[in-house]
Amino acid sequence: MLVADAQNRFWQKLSNSFLDEIGGLSQFTGRFFKQGFRPRYELAEFVRQCFVIGYKSFPLIGLTSFILGLVLTMQLRPSMVSYGVESQLPAIVGIAVIREIGPVITALIFAGKIGSSIGAELGSMRVTEQIDAMEVSGTNPFKYLVVTRVLAATLMLPVLVLLGDAISLMGSWIGINIRGVTSFHLYWRQVFNNLGFTDVLPAFFKSYFFGFAVGIIGCFKGYNSSKGTEGVGISANSAVVVSSIMIFILDLLAVQITDALGLN
Amino acid sequence: MESLKTSEVLIDKAEVDEPILRIENLYKSFGNNHVLVDFNLEIKRGESVVVLGKSGSGKSVMIKCVVGLLQPDRGTIMMFGKNIPELNDEELDHIRAKVGFLFQGNALYDSMTVRGNLEFPMRRTWIRFSHEEVNRRVIETLEDVGLSHTIDMMPAELSGGMRKRIALARTLILRPEIILYDEPTTGLDPITGKEIIDLMNEISDKYNTSSLIISHDMKCVQTASDRVVILIDGKNYVMGNYEELSKNEDPKVKEFFE
Repeated sequence: MLVADAQNRFWQKLSNSFLDEIGGLSQFTGRFFKQGFRPRYELAEFVRQCFVIGYKSFPLIGLTSFILGLVLTMQLRPSMVSYGVESQLPAIVGIAVIREIGPVITALIFAGKIGSSIGAELGSMRVTEQIDAMEVSGTNPFKYLVVTRVLAATLMLPVLVLLGDAISLMGSWIGINIRGVTSFHLYWRQVFNNLGFTDVLPAFFKSYFFGFAVGIIGCFKGYNSSKGTEGVGISANSAVVVSSIMIFILDLLAVQITDALGLN
Repeated sequence: MESLKTSEVLIDKAEVDEPILRIENLYKSFGNNHVLVDFNLEIKRGESVVVLGKSGSGKSVMIKCVVGLLQPDRGTIMMFGKNIPELNDEELDHIRAKVGFLFQGNALYDSMTVRGNLEFPMRRTWIRFSHEEVNRRVIETLEDVGLSHTIDMMPAELSGGMRKRIALARTLILRPEIILYDEPTTGLDPITGKEIIDLMNEISDKYNTSSLIISHDMKCVQTASDRVVILIDGKNYVMGNYEELSKNEDPKVKEFFE
């Protein structure tokens, strides 16, 4: 009986905190849309955030994308050879990278780097009263800190995905040439001959949603941080975990939508 | 009409006689925790009032309600003729340009230099300042707190006392008419604490600012107050100057002065 009560309490607490979290995040997102497109616009801070979030993430995303393309090609090659379709390797890698692996892996790395940094930065500003100090200085901290970061993350991730895809395919070309010889021109012709707008556009559009999810969740976790320095760690950590899960959920929704629209 | 110049604005005699801050029947609770229960306070122009109370007695909650960071459950906070809880964001920003707030933990922006920290309120407020004016005032205010040489340093490079002085400089940069101090000497050694109190008094004299100081540091209470309010159980339990209260025989009051 006691065990059953304890179990009930546990599940009730868990579901309450889950619902609180969903409610809080929905309210936070609503506030973003309410305040984000009204003056005063924080252009200078937005441009600075684009630099920090976009440009400074590029080396990490470039490196991981290159390795991803190279490794994927080298892993696929033996199977392709055994089926006698080795010549289709650029097309297969191209479709896999552009449609799915590129956006999802880039978004996950982005969540790890940017989600955690936003969560920790805003969390630390919250617990050291810097956000309150901003408010007292006549600044709307939500607009200055949250709106700029969410918009920058939303706009920068698709750019990083495009660059990451291109670098992945370069890595794949190098991977093909480790064991064989395929000219640069022939490789790209084979990639592009097998790609259509229905491969590129849905993948590109879903990365805007991934970027928005990383930005809004990182800001939500950091902005509502509590419990001192311990809370900052929790904010950074949960920003990564929740935004990673959200990326997979959005990916699942995106594939359902493109399927329903006949784009697959 | 007789007038005098304070904080770079002309104030007529009638305004001088008006209290700069009047709190009436302020009530604030968090769940079942009733932090402030009918709290009342009045501060005249140029006056320095210390609110004394134990940790957790609601001092910081009260000061945050005054500056609009927390919304009270009921009561009025009249500052510059406006009731703070009823103001919208824009009106609040206009009032805040005339109010300085020194945070307990300084709240300096880690990612900005000392110059950036001081320029921030000037660039963000609704009042427009020229580039030359911003530069001139940053240098002048740093001279006021004796830290001109730190202008290009980051907050992390400064000692605790220096950070407090820079936070005070940032509070002062818009030349406020009233400064709210949240535990200004907490975490400082007695010598640095005394330096900060002396600096607060110098600033108050130089710019004719009123002060609302939250503290439980008796040295601060003794040297920085014109009047002391003791906050117990969310109410202003007793009020008077330091000498009067130090002779008060009430055990709850005596506790603070022992």
